[in-house]
Amino acid sequence: MARKKISLSNIIITTFLLVYSAYVIYPLFLMVMTSLKPTMEIMKNPLALPTKPIFTGFIRIFRDANFLLYLKNSVFVTVLALTFSLTSSIFLSYALARYDGKTVNRLYFLFLAGMIIPIRLGVLFLNVMLNALGMLDSLFSLVLIYTAMSIPFSMYILTGYFRMIPREMDEAAFIDGCSSFQMIPKMIVPLLKPAIATVAIYNFLPIWNDVYFPLIFIFDSSKKTFMQYVTLFFGQYQTDWNLVFAALTFATLVSLGFYAIGSKQLVQGLTAGALKG
Amino acid sequence: MKRSKTAFWIFVIPSLVIYVTFMLVPLVASLGLSFFEWTGYGAKKFVGFSNYIKLFTEEPNNQRLGNALKNNAYFFVITMLIQNVLALVLAVFLQKGLRGFKTLRTIFFAPCTVSVIIVGFLWTLIYNPIWGPLNNILAGIGLEKLQMAWLGNKATALPAIAVANAWQYSGIPMMLFVAGLNAIPNELYEACAVDGGNEWHKFRHVTIPSIKSVILIVSTMTFVGNFSSFEIIYAMEGTLAGPNYATDVMGTLFYRTAFGARTGSPADMGLGATIAAVMSVVIGVGVLFWLRLYIKQDDTKGS
Repeated sequence: MARKKISLSNIIITTFLLVYSAYVIYPLFLMVMTSLKPTMEIMKNPLALPTKPIFTGFIRIFRDANFLLYLKNSVFVTVLALTFSLTSSIFLSYALARYDGKTVNRLYFLFLAGMIIPIRLGVLFLNVMLNALGMLDSLFSLVLIYTAMSIPFSMYILTGYFRMIPREMDEAAFIDGCSSFQMIPKMIVPLLKPAIATVAIYNFLPIWNDVYFPLIFIFDSSKKTFMQYVTLFFGQYQTDWNLVFAALTFATLVSLGFYAIGSKQLVQGLTAGALKG
Repeated sequence: MKRSKTAFWIFVIPSLVIYVTFMLVPLVASLGLSFFEWTGYGAKKFVGFSNYIKLFTEEPNNQRLGNALKNNAYFFVITMLIQNVLALVLAVFLQKGLRGFKTLRTIFFAPCTVSVIIVGFLWTLIYNPIWGPLNNILAGIGLEKLQMAWLGNKATALPAIAVANAWQYSGIPMMLFVAGLNAIPNELYEACAVDGGNEWHKFRHVTIPSIKSVILIVSTMTFVGNFSSFEIIYAMEGTLAGPNYATDVMGTLFYRTAFGARTGSPADMGLGATIAAVMSVVIGVGVLFWLRLYIKQDDTKGS
């Protein structure tokens, strides 16, 4: 009966969404196109497609020794922070899910609060503390900060998963003579794979993309992170647009490539983190 | 079955030590630093409330603080209006579930994964008054009159940044709204239709009340995010948050004050800590609100 009316509204809705997706894609598209144009052409015809695409910008950044060094630094920091936070959170979440009582509840909410408190509010004391420990200007201090930052969300997701695994299962393992220390890696971790993927992917982006903590704690030019490099690069080569756009494009493609692989887990993590169920 | 207490603490302690040392202690101890006078190096001197007096009553600090709080509030309001309203509209439309809508949803979320700093740079170029696409597009559709230096104009700078920010982050509230909408039982809509309700009635009397808790969570997240923002302003207007502090928010004011030596003015870590304390109080209200919502949900859903 209302068929015609519904399809009209569907046309309007689809058109709106298509226009919006063009708006979302356009800046990224423009960035990629610009990275393939010589600087002169960028200045003359900023919006046109490249007359003949060139890859000099990309070749130049890949020949830049600092580029590879900073990429390596970021990989080091990200991998270590994810490993530390995952390992410690698995044990933490097991304990919070398997034990009962007031202390357990209080610890749960203590960690949960960290999901929304911006850790940067404590940056001044962190500065004093790292200074006293002689850890200013060290990549390892970034690892520890990012680990602390990732624990609350990891705990939240993993505790939820542990609660879904029946307790009888680990009780059976105990009877077979397994201790908790053996059981967690052997029995539980394989069952947790989807949750671990969600946690790892969700925590990856804020660490990889961060410039705040490197900006405050890292000065030594051999210890800068990749995003810090992009920041410096933007300031330094403001007139060499072809080069700048190549760097921006590469950095964006890394994030988007990662998103293409892990988008399902990322969205799961996001919605689980803010809503229940 | 009896579980050992020792094992419990062995499991909890590694996370607890890292979390407390690198997150909770710095948060609390940073508040304590606001009672000291020090420049970052050398000895700290206890000065009681004098940093607070300096911040709230002495020029130009009090003007800067008022300006930053006002800008943050403005930034929050614009973001709520453009980013979150847009996100809700997108979510409701996507809910129609037509062919290809899943792909569109993936596209809408994509900018959230790009670094804020890159998004900031990209939009700085889009707003570039000489060759930026925005002014070019305006000229192309006959609106030359509207061309301007978007980031250099006091009236447009902060809204322009909020637009860039919304371009990046609409995807997050959108996903949360989608999840909230999926949880609404169909019977509610059917009941509304039986009562003669049209699409608007359904939206107003079924959708909105059903996702009230999502709206609250999204608003709180936006609030906390805005009052701790720094990078987007830093990328688009630098630490001076120009023009003439028109885009200065608490995050940039804090950075300039505490780490000022790097931007040319003398560093005042004590005063910086005091600004951070004000931020903590403002954000703390948001955090408590969020936690309360959480505990309430925990009770009602009985997990």
